[in-house]
Amino acid sequence: MEVLNCKGAVLSNCEVYALLQDLCRQEKGRKSMMKTQADLANIAFETMKYLEKTACRNQNAEVIQGFLQAVKEFKLTKAEKLQLINLRPTTPVEMQLIIEDSEERLSEEQVEELIGLVELHLPDIDNPQTLVNGTPGK
Amino acid sequence: MFQLAEIRHMVRIPPWLFGQTLNDAVVEELNRKLANKVVLNVGLCIALFDVTSLGDSYIFPGDGASHTRVTFRYVVFRPFMEEILEGTIKSADADGLQVSLGFYEDVYIRRDAMMTNSHFDETDGTWVWDYQTDDETHHLFMDIGEKVRFKVIAEQFTDTTPSAPGMTEGDGAVADRKEGKIPYIVFVSIVFMIVKKYMKR
Repeated sequence: MEVLNCKGAVLSNCEVYALLQDLCRQEKGRKSMMKTQADLANIAFETMKYLEKTACRNQNAEVIQGFLQAVKEFKLTKAEKLQLINLRPTTPVEMQLIIEDSEERLSEEQVEELIGLVELHLPDIDNPQTLVNGTPGK
Repeated sequence: MFQLAEIRHMVRIPPWLFGQTLNDAVVEELNRKLANKVVLNVGLCIALFDVTSLGDSYIFPGDGASHTRVTFRYVVFRPFMEEILEGTIKSADADGLQVSLGFYEDVYIRRDAMMTNSHFDETDGTWVWDYQTDDETHHLFMDIGEKVRFKVIAEQFTDTTPSAPGMTEGDGAVADRKEGKIPYIVFVSIVFMIVKKYMKR
């Protein structure tokens, strides 16, 4: 076995969650697979359990695309945007931790604006219905 | 937190899988081989993402199985440096905290990566953060089961392949392997505690 590229692409939690959901749906049709692939079944189950408690549960491709369009002008790095999507920060403290040198790069109003955009575009984990811009979470 | 790793591998498909299509058999074999395992310098493998190319299949003399060269992408758990993740505290001792992500538990907060002014409370068996405000000190307990956010500061891969029987015990590399049984450790520093309750003493 040779590893061609160990850092091919970074995935958001939402993408992994969707992949595992698909996998579990397929598995249900072929029950014997669960017996023959105990490792896969285990890790898929545990990872899903973890991801269900995070904000990615209510996200989908359109929601994320909309969010990325909205934050374009903030000139954030890829890693920062990924963490905004995965963690869905809603307080200035969290923002400061995720965005490097946020004091220099963003003004206080911009941080507030960014929090507003996060709340507007990414659905809340506990109550996805409160989305304002009309694209309801799943 | 999750990444795609591109890997090429010669997949051996045993005869009892010949009834399935080649694609299904390859997917099943790859998942059986890799899922829930740590690949050295790659990370913890979760599930197959896609197969990018399938080569020709070969049959070797003396083996009923077919061998196919496959290039595929696999979803692996490998947080990048400085990434912020969320987990729950699993255990605590004087050396630091162990954090669990549910599917992965070898995440450690060493004592030197703890917040300043925190100490280990022997009687309670928990770490305590003495948070100073203007007039008083709050003792914030990091209880087991509490949710924490942390920043990845280092990672360590250990080769855990069994050593060849001919090698001597005194061999440095062999000793290292025996000691570190955990193939992949993530070291993190605590950044944010989701404080549901905090007690004053």
